Amino acid sequence: MTFGTKSKNSVLYHLLVGGLALVMIYPILWLAASSLKPNHEIFANAYSLIPSRLEFSNYVSGWNGFAGTTFATFFKNSFIIVIWSTVGAVASSALVAYGFARIRFKGKGFWFGCLMMTMMLPHDVTVIPQYVMFAKLGWLSSFKPIIVPSFFAMPFFVFLMMQFIRTIPPELDEAAKMDGCSKFSIFFRVVLPLITPALVTSTIFSFYWKWDDFYNPLLYLNKPEMYPVSLALKLFLDAESVNNWGGMFAMATLSLLPIVIVFFIFQKYIVEGISTSGLKG
Amino acid sequence: MTWQKLKDNDHLVGYIFTAPFILGFLIFTLYPMISSLYYSFTDYMLMDSPRWVGLDNYVTMFTADDKIIKSLQVTFTYVFASVPLRLCFALLVAMLLNKAIGGIGLYRSAYYLPSLIGGSVAVSIMWTQIFGDRGLINSALALIGIETTTSWIGYPGTALWTLIALSVWQFGSSMLIFLAGLKNIPASYYEAASVDGAGKVYSFFKITLPLLSPIILFNLIMQTISAFMTFTPAYIISRGEGGPLDNTLLYSLYLYRRAFQFFEMGYASAMAWVMLILIGLITLLIFQTSKYWVHYEAKGDK
Repeated sequence: MTFGTKSKNSVLYHLLVGGLALVMIYPILWLAASSLKPNHEIFANAYSLIPSRLEFSNYVSGWNGFAGTTFATFFKNSFIIVIWSTVGAVASSALVAYGFARIRFKGKGFWFGCLMMTMMLPHDVTVIPQYVMFAKLGWLSSFKPIIVPSFFAMPFFVFLMMQFIRTIPPELDEAAKMDGCSKFSIFFRVVLPLITPALVTSTIFSFYWKWDDFYNPLLYLNKPEMYPVSLALKLFLDAESVNNWGGMFAMATLSLLPIVIVFFIFQKYIVEGISTSGLKG
Repeated sequence: MTWQKLKDNDHLVGYIFTAPFILGFLIFTLYPMISSLYYSFTDYMLMDSPRWVGLDNYVTMFTADDKIIKSLQVTFTYVFASVPLRLCFALLVAMLLNKAIGGIGLYRSAYYLPSLIGGSVAVSIMWTQIFGDRGLINSALALIGIETTTSWIGYPGTALWTLIALSVWQFGSSMLIFLAGLKNIPASYYEAASVDGAGKVYSFFKITLPLLSPIILFNLIMQTISAFMTFTPAYIISRGEGGPLDNTLLYSLYLYRRAFQFFEMGYASAMAWVMLILIGLITLLIFQTSKYWVHYEAKGDK
């Protein structure tokens, strides 16, 4: 009898939680399914997830892009931006995190306060002078305004790595110091290998943020051949006369694919990263 | 010898390690903030040099710009509807998922996925099609007998609510933070309460909420700040215009239009400072009220 109500409760639970989960991911499934539907079918029975036949031509027509620039170029641009800024952000943040977590120096408290403030500062306050500055440097219409600032440490990553460094027993540093290691070799030989999980988490989040970034490319890039994928997708909306819905759905789906793949491979790091530091996904 | 000395000087070594942040802060944060404050008192059209106009920009904002009032209304509606709804959903689902049964990992991923991809252009484009005149919502409504071809995005009364729905849909990252917090509450607290005859609702208000309140405060502040800065979905859904009838003209979008479509850098800088002050005041207000509802556990060892 008790087993009966228990399993009944469990079925109810899975119906409720599973049903709600399905509602949550239905739009994403719909996007992917629509990318495989013939153009006239996408809005005919919009609710449906099942195409009458699989239409891969959407991927071909979408990939062909706009005025001779294909999505091969857009993906290449995205990867250039993402890889360079991620390398810069993770490497510089690790140095800064070690400095704040393990070295006592004059003015540390003040600069750490500045770091925390930067984390909460709205982007809108700094964006206009930054634009003016990059314009004066002649950096407009290049990747530099998007990539270079990443090399000056990301406060969120510094914060995340500091929390990891604090879990390393200070005795380890002391022992290395006894053996004649300088702060630099302690950082490279002792600390860096031990904070690998934090480095991985930061890499993943940097990848996400830069991949999704729309504002900076919109501001600084004006030639389609320099567009990353996020900005190129906007072109589908601008080209009002064409209405290549299938191609738009196909490329939108494709642009999400790297994010979803990385998510399923590194799920553990992502969940831990968010739960321990409140990083926003 | 001197090199050895320098290497052992912690003050110097500390500054070398933190140099990337300190330089970046001075170049990309502090200097821009000061310039932005200066620009806000000038008439600056990018091509010409800034011309001092005193408080003119601020006076214009509050007396002669109808769009800014509209934009503030839209933004406040967006923030004060989406943030509480998002946090409520996050807490509710986190409590549902705080169980040790099979399949939880799968559910957790399903609820988190929208939050992961939600900020992308692809999802914003998807949203325009879902709420479009012949989109997913209208097609599903037709199934239950409600025939309509009104676009939810094109209709002034509902346009903003599609943006709010998009924001609430991304409750996943807050949910993960709540889930981690719930796991830290010892089961013995609930057992003790139930021995004393407390019901589930009573336990929720007397145990769960107080113990989660520091995490709720953190989430509330971070989500409020990021909601004020929302740009991409409003830009994509309204094709950069903020329409229909300025109903999706979020403050960031309006600022972008003023600064980078009309190149009124001075006026847009003044807008940025008004926003900074507003966000600062709201954050301060949340902190001030927190002493009435945030419960900090007294722990000797922390």
